[in-house]
Amino acid sequence: MRLGIDVGGTNTDAVILDEDDRLLAKDKTPDTDDVITGIERVVSEVVRDAGVDPGQITHAMLGTTQVTNAIIERRGLARVGILRLGAPATKAIRPLAAWPEDLRAGVEGPSEILPGGVEYDGRPISPFDEAAVRRAVRKMRGGVEAFAVSSVFSPVKSDDERRTAEIIAEEAGEETAVSISSEIGSIGLLERENATVLNAAVTPVARRVVGAFQGALERLGIDAQLFLSQNDGTLMALDYALRYPILTIACGPTNSIRGAAFLSGMGDAIVVDVGGTSTDVGVLGAGFPRESAVAVEIGGVQTNFRMPDLFSVGLGGGSVVRPDGGAPGRTVRIGPDSVGYAITEEALCFGGATLTMTDVAVAQGMADVGDPRRVNAARETVEAAYERGVAMFEEAVDRMKTSAEEVPVIAVGGGSILLPEKIPGVSRVQKPEHYEVANAVGAAIAQVSGTIDRVFSLVERSRDEVMEEARNTAFDEAVRAGAEPDSLEVVEVEEVPLAYLPGNAVRIKVKAAGRLRSY
Amino acid sequence: MREVTAGDLDLLAIGAAILGTGGGGDPFIGKVMAQQAIEEEGPVLLMDPDELDDDALVLPTAMMGAPTVMVEKVPEGMEAVRALRAEERRLGRKADATSPIECGGVNSQIPFVAAARARLPVVDGDGMGRAFPELQMETFHVYGVRGTPAVVADERGALVTIETEDNFLLEWIARGVTIRMGGHAMLVDYPMSGAEFKRTAIRGTISMGIAIGEAVAGAHKLGVHPVEAVCAATQDTIYGRGIPLFEGKVVDVERRTREGFAVGHALLQGLGSHEGSQLEVRFQNENLVAIRDGQTIASVPDLICLLDSERATGITTERLRYGQRVTAIGIPTPEIMRSEEALKVWGPAAFGYDDLAFHPLERGFANYYGEHGVPLEKEKYLKPSPRP
Repeated sequence: MRLGIDVGGTNTDAVILDEDDRLLAKDKTPDTDDVITGIERVVSEVVRDAGVDPGQITHAMLGTTQVTNAIIERRGLARVGILRLGAPATKAIRPLAAWPEDLRAGVEGPSEILPGGVEYDGRPISPFDEAAVRRAVRKMRGGVEAFAVSSVFSPVKSDDERRTAEIIAEEAGEETAVSISSEIGSIGLLERENATVLNAAVTPVARRVVGAFQGALERLGIDAQLFLSQNDGTLMALDYALRYPILTIACGPTNSIRGAAFLSGMGDAIVVDVGGTSTDVGVLGAGFPRESAVAVEIGGVQTNFRMPDLFSVGLGGGSVVRPDGGAPGRTVRIGPDSVGYAITEEALCFGGATLTMTDVAVAQGMADVGDPRRVNAARETVEAAYERGVAMFEEAVDRMKTSAEEVPVIAVGGGSILLPEKIPGVSRVQKPEHYEVANAVGAAIAQVSGTIDRVFSLVERSRDEVMEEARNTAFDEAVRAGAEPDSLEVVEVEEVPLAYLPGNAVRIKVKAAGRLRSY
Repeated sequence: MREVTAGDLDLLAIGAAILGTGGGGDPFIGKVMAQQAIEEEGPVLLMDPDELDDDALVLPTAMMGAPTVMVEKVPEGMEAVRALRAEERRLGRKADATSPIECGGVNSQIPFVAAARARLPVVDGDGMGRAFPELQMETFHVYGVRGTPAVVADERGALVTIETEDNFLLEWIARGVTIRMGGHAMLVDYPMSGAEFKRTAIRGTISMGIAIGEAVAGAHKLGVHPVEAVCAATQDTIYGRGIPLFEGKVVDVERRTREGFAVGHALLQGLGSHEGSQLEVRFQNENLVAIRDGQTIASVPDLICLLDSERATGITTERLRYGQRVTAIGIPTPEIMRSEEALKVWGPAAFGYDDLAFHPLERGFANYYGEHGVPLEKEKYLKPSPRP
């Protein structure tokens, strides 16, 4: 049996699925400050509701925002020693150059730019200097808690990064946290280095989260394989999560997209996740979220690691509705403020004094909560708000579509009652059963994956040979992360010819995913 | 003469992304390089071409090659200075200033890296007035400046000096050297006197880039729509005012790589006052032609810029995708870029549009320009065109 847990912005959700992926129980509880008390509470409830013996749970998956929050709030971060290989190239921009000052002050340790790294075709830029690396590590080791290593074109060839990690283990001890960039990001040195340094910086947070998660489940008598959700919709075993905690960032929206796919049985659709304050719109392709093509900022830092492509609008169940200009009329403003978790006290339909989007849905007969007679707002205001809301959904969905054709929409999240049955440009709107816990379901049903993202030269090899190598590397990565080899499938292939370079260089990205290996 | 600060370079990066007309490489990495150079070496002076002595030596600096490689193999920082010093040795005299060859994209920033490190001023003018893909596409070439001796430099200290009478050959050889240097390199070419610069350069393009950046960043404070502010920012330059051409949504993007260039088109479906219309923008790295409902309304060398409809930031060809809300604006090129010799180098025919004659924006949108005015030397476009 599988236990899926999602720690979101407001609530902690949990579900239990049986061997045939049937949902046995679901529960929700408000987040607690220490997170782990909320997890213990909701897990003990869901185990009780399912009527199962804790010992029957074989796999437990956790999707959590704690790592994200540590970066945003600059809390509990490690000081990082930074090694970049590529000299004399790259000296024009020092590490962490464009970081916000407060985050840099908390994270930046000593840094050195040393020889190493390769060109786009894998030839060395300068010979790797083992003695220089050793000297640098000895100088840094006393003052830092973790190391981040990046080298030029390491997505093409990562030997120098790997050798450096070995030297750090020799000089600073096997236990020292080392993050290497080729395992974290793709082409774009500065963004990849940023992500690598952030990964090293959140190592203590990850150790705490993982330790608390293990402890909580142990106290509840659950002896299961434990996993953390990552932002591409797949799982990492705990040892992998300890090495790449940064990959847990943005796993929430991903889990809701994956959960929506599972609950609706659809593989290709637009997923609209309506919360209390905002709506996230993502794209489901072949069962996985589409990833963002542009650099993603985390806590004010540009990174290029894997993130779902999302469009967010300030429209949720608790969004406050105001007539424009203060008088009731045909034009209204929706949000961006929301009554949030206080909706059951402040919304008109619950006896409060604030007109919210939930009241609009109730007055329009779309939702059966509270008391519709209490929604005493002007009829035309309600209708204008309804039309404006539909227009906002329509535009958000339209922005995420890849072609002009009509697409199906899956609506999930507590606020999805707001979504009408018909939206222009949408073939149908499906609201699956258990839509309100799609996140936790997404965590519970997740697969394990491996990704490769590299520049290949097609001068001496055929495209087929190159694709074969890419596929095999992605498979190896997935097996390393815990996948059952026989179940592996390629779920994404992306080919980008590199502009300006003759030489026939092409960047190939392949992602493979498969079922969890049973133990 | 004015001092250029790190903050000015932030604004220039925004402006240069728009002047890149879809290509030219993301200015971001050049900006961070220049800001680090200024932080370490002190501020750089930007001088008006009129402040140049006629016999001063100007050595333009630029990066050449693949911006996609430059974001991975970040430069060392002294490449352009080594190229500059090698050029000085070759010519037997010291440079008095450097300048951009291209004010659009990443090359708007490179001269500031070189200038800070070599302690030289930057002259406010360039040879392209926007972004173009090749080294002979410069007013310097058009008006008879020799491109060589040119020096190409890599991060290891390698220097290649190119000597040729033919600026097309310079482009061909330098491109090959750049590949051997790992995909990108720094370059000094078109060494020239102050008098030649004043005669051949497109003037004021760096301060114009900063002004466009200011317009984007400051529009909201002034209560102006950012797209409107961008159009107004070039009003008092030799370009004249920009014009909103089309507001719409990207419904199709086709992109192929041909001989190292990203070639293709984007299709916009009209929104707002353009509801029911379509705009097709064809590009080869840079946007070349804009066709509205079957009729060409703007063509190279006039600038066709695709802006984010809300924030008015420039969108590069690589980042175009379905669903984006985009406003196409045109910025008319100055007269120095529209002579017969100039159009031979970068008119529509130079990019394979053999049947398309260049049609200036001011003539196509005479009402708009009648209302907003044009620079003095462009008033001829407002009169009915003479019968052949």
